[in-house]
Amino acid sequence: MADSFKIGTREFTSRLMVGTGKYPSNEIMKKALDASGAEIVTVAVRRVNLDRTGESMLDHIDAERYTLLPNTAACYTADEAIRTARLGREALETDLVKLEVIGDQKTLFPDNEALLEAARVLVKEGFQVMPYTNDDPVMAKKLEEAGCVAVMPLAAPIGSGLGIRNPHNIMIILESARVPVIVDAGVGTASDAAAAMELGCCGILMNTGIASAKDPVSMARAMNLAVEAGRLAYLSGRIPRKLYGAASSPLTGLIE
Amino acid sequence: MIIRINGIEREVEDGMTLKTLLDFLKIKTHGIAVELNKEVVLKRLYAGTIIKERDVLEIIRMAGGG
Repeated sequence: MADSFKIGTREFTSRLMVGTGKYPSNEIMKKALDASGAEIVTVAVRRVNLDRTGESMLDHIDAERYTLLPNTAACYTADEAIRTARLGREALETDLVKLEVIGDQKTLFPDNEALLEAARVLVKEGFQVMPYTNDDPVMAKKLEEAGCVAVMPLAAPIGSGLGIRNPHNIMIILESARVPVIVDAGVGTASDAAAAMELGCCGILMNTGIASAKDPVSMARAMNLAVEAGRLAYLSGRIPRKLYGAASSPLTGLIE
Repeated sequence: MIIRINGIEREVEDGMTLKTLLDFLKIKTHGIAVELNKEVVLKRLYAGTIIKERDVLEIIRMAGGG
């Protein structure tokens, strides 16, 4: 298929991956997922509410249409993340996991040491691990060497909407990575998404940027278009930046 | 007997299997997973897994997240 890419053993065409948290309603989430064009949709692993055992958010997501990606959000140790990943695998019958080990409550930056430890265990257990990591080229390399099927450096802290804080680090990660590099977290608006794709990232994973927008469905479409536009611009090869002007109209044939 | 489910202590009948416990709690097995004393129990083993006094269970399903 045209411009498709692989994550582990699976092939995809949509380069926008979206989360399912924070939407004003399940109905809006459903419409936003549709407008985003996403094929991969992240979900969190949480305790069943024993007072309301009939409720399931999976009733609102078409499991035939989307590849569900369980995450280990809000895990602060490797052990918690590993247990959560195993539960997600059993619940969804998938070997994919978005691995998060958070190191700091305020910034939600990853604990890379624990992340790498958890990644190594889960890869050994047959998981296809997609780790959420700092924009650190050395860590990205270690995660790839550990057998992760992608590396997912943050653009900025989760939910911050700050856009890519360090495009140069993302460029360095891209230079050496042989697995897909997916920017995960921190994208605030369409131009942030386009900028990430123009760097050559394989894709973008986002949640808050869409779900907390005034109109999530419309923002989902904007992100869909931005990711596609950014990808096309990357493939097309942008012109070099120059300090001075270079006329685009002929300098000959001017009237006197 | 007293067991702990999702952080809450509950009294249940002695000798329950995991399957009867889930039926009792009205939890359908589709889309859920169960951890018994920190080990995931495969769905096909629910009917043969006997719950014991002071067992600690985590029963999870999917929630919205990014």
